[in-house]
Amino acid sequence: MKTKLTAFVLAGMVTAAPALADLVVPNLSYRTGPYGANGTQYADGFNDYFTLLNERDGGIGGEIIQVPECETAYNTEKGVECYEATKDTGALVYNPLSTGITYQLIPKVGVDKKVLYTPGYGRTSAKNGKVFEWVFNAPANYWDGASVAIKYLLDENGGDLSGKKIALVYHNSAYGKEPIRTLEELAAKHGFELSAIPVEAPGQEQKSQWLQIRRDKPDYVLMWGWGVMNQVAIQEAANIRFPMENFIGIWWAGSEIDVGPAGAGANGYKSLTFNGVGMDYPLYDDLKTHVLDTGKASQGGEHVGSAVYSRGMYAAVVIAEAIRKAQELAGTAQINPEQLREGFENLEISTDRLAEIGLPDFGPEIALSCSNHGGSGMARIQQWDASAKTWNLITEFTEPDNEVLDPLIAADSEAYAKEAGITPRECN
Amino acid sequence: MDQFFFAAEVLANGLMTGVMYALVALGFVLIFKASGVFNYAQGVLALFAALTLVGIQQGQIPFAHLINAAFGTSLHHFGWTVPAVLAIALTAGVMVALAFLIEKLVLQHLVGQEPIILFMATIGLAYFLEGLGDVMWGADIKTLDVGLPQGISDAIEGTTAEWFGYGFFIDRLDIWATLIAALLVAALVAFAQYTKQGRAMRAVADDHQAALSVGISLRFIWVMVWSIAGFVALVAGIMWGTKSGVQFSLSLIALKALPVLMLGGFTSIPGAIVGGLIIGVGEKLFEFFIGPMVGGATENWFAYVLALIFLVFRPQGLFGERIIERV
Repeated sequence: MKTKLTAFVLAGMVTAAPALADLVVPNLSYRTGPYGANGTQYADGFNDYFTLLNERDGGIGGEIIQVPECETAYNTEKGVECYEATKDTGALVYNPLSTGITYQLIPKVGVDKKVLYTPGYGRTSAKNGKVFEWVFNAPANYWDGASVAIKYLLDENGGDLSGKKIALVYHNSAYGKEPIRTLEELAAKHGFELSAIPVEAPGQEQKSQWLQIRRDKPDYVLMWGWGVMNQVAIQEAANIRFPMENFIGIWWAGSEIDVGPAGAGANGYKSLTFNGVGMDYPLYDDLKTHVLDTGKASQGGEHVGSAVYSRGMYAAVVIAEAIRKAQELAGTAQINPEQLREGFENLEISTDRLAEIGLPDFGPEIALSCSNHGGSGMARIQQWDASAKTWNLITEFTEPDNEVLDPLIAADSEAYAKEAGITPRECN
Repeated sequence: MDQFFFAAEVLANGLMTGVMYALVALGFVLIFKASGVFNYAQGVLALFAALTLVGIQQGQIPFAHLINAAFGTSLHHFGWTVPAVLAIALTAGVMVALAFLIEKLVLQHLVGQEPIILFMATIGLAYFLEGLGDVMWGADIKTLDVGLPQGISDAIEGTTAEWFGYGFFIDRLDIWATLIAALLVAALVAFAQYTKQGRAMRAVADDHQAALSVGISLRFIWVMVWSIAGFVALVAGIMWGTKSGVQFSLSLIALKALPVLMLGGFTSIPGAIVGGLIIGVGEKLFEFFIGPMVGGATENWFAYVLALIFLVFRPQGLFGERIIERV
């Protein structure tokens, strides 16, 4: 009996393990726990794009992409366990969708020589490829997001924010605190008054914060939230009748599930985004034919086209394009992580290429290099229409204020290099 | 003067928030009082009840994902919606059935065990129910609408503006929560005082052995208490779920109930209410006066500090029974 059981377990392990020649892209997802609603949609989008490439094109360069999933429950320890459990399976790149997990993996990927791709989250200064050789965070990071939001408000106010009051409601964590430094610099530059209002995780109760906002009467509220914090904040803003058009969330506070519970009260709420939403893209015809209609969609394809699903899919698109570039540079389809890193550093996703993929204007152009792992940092604003239950893009992609951001990124990455004993490499 | 009115507004909102905390704490008290079990799963019970309520109300097919995966179907909804009152009644029925199953499958096998064993069993139950809720109803955030109003009360804002020159913010949902909590407590007290089953429950709470010796069925009492706690969890789930949508972080509201229990005592229904009010007001006023000096976000930890301060002077909580064990 014992022998049979061992044979069964071994057979299962062999079946589950990716074939050595495959391209392995682990999906460190979270479908359970307080953040599972967001994590599920992201993971589905991530999985479905690779399924499409496998089904329609036979993978990338003839190599099938394996996407083994590992549940992190948005828990840093479990995320690291997932990394350790999958790193020897031929894994090329990790996208853990958690700033906490990212911070833990940054020193590890340098040692293990794995690519860490953290689009729109993680350590902002990882944009500096001279220090963070294995980490990429294109197309935008949190500081880009803060700057694009302020640029939008400048546009709304005829280029002048002096004397305006802007409140930042943030998740009291490493993630939520990320934009504070940038916003302080921007406040000094543009003369607005910034107040930072923390919300303790998970953010189920925010009465104090919104009473403070009601008393202080800021002109605008920015939000760096995640999970239940977003839904409660939007509801509380509606409760105190804060004008929704003056309330802007980061891209992680800009999904259908964030605005849903507040119903009509959320109408007009805005958020940043760096990816398109909805299914009005040619790619979805292929996705329908090869993935949805064949029953191969992740979790039945329930969330196809949602904001977070689209972001997960976009992350997969960027990784797939980097793999393509790596294969082209290496002259082989069977690439290793070092070659993939080269692929990322030479990655170019033009508007034409996005249209060719079937996602015209879905994301900003991306052009990375040895020193620039973060791209242009462009993002745009979307606004929620509660009656139609859709996000509408209301601006074009906007560049951040690099005059302010570049020195901050240089300072933060240099400080990290010093702390970690890294000598920044030369980039030509 | 403004500061005074701001503080008064914070105090009023603290009281309302305290009621919301007390709603969660009540479920813990009921089970602890009747069985001596600290029910770790109380927060998850609120989540499970709210998930079930939304599922029934929206005509969602339970276990749809499993069914679809097994049979290649694409089923999600029955195609009907159920009126809120009926959905609440049906959910209460589900919570009674759940109480029966918990007694049958878990508690019955642990009769006579140490309280810590029963506590561990409730931890397992919490994880099981969280997973069951996920599999039954999916991980999506669900909008809960049973017709409770939300948003600022214009009447209170207008009246206070007229009287004091500053319009107070009071959420209409909080006013409803207060009324419902008051009704719930009154009903629970009346049930415990004036019904045969209520008296039996109190007898079990006082002395298990003595209650058994006079023919009171411990199993029946446990099913009844878990059913009532399930109903209280449903009420808490409705109130919290209306505000944030029904999602898995709802189970974490139990963390808000712990300092309330420490302060009010684990065995007192009035204690849960008074404890909730003290915690609600205390944390809000602390955040208002001291929060800005220490960077804010003080509420979570301050609630525990406040409870600990009370514990120094009254280890059994404000209304808890003093436990004296003679050697």
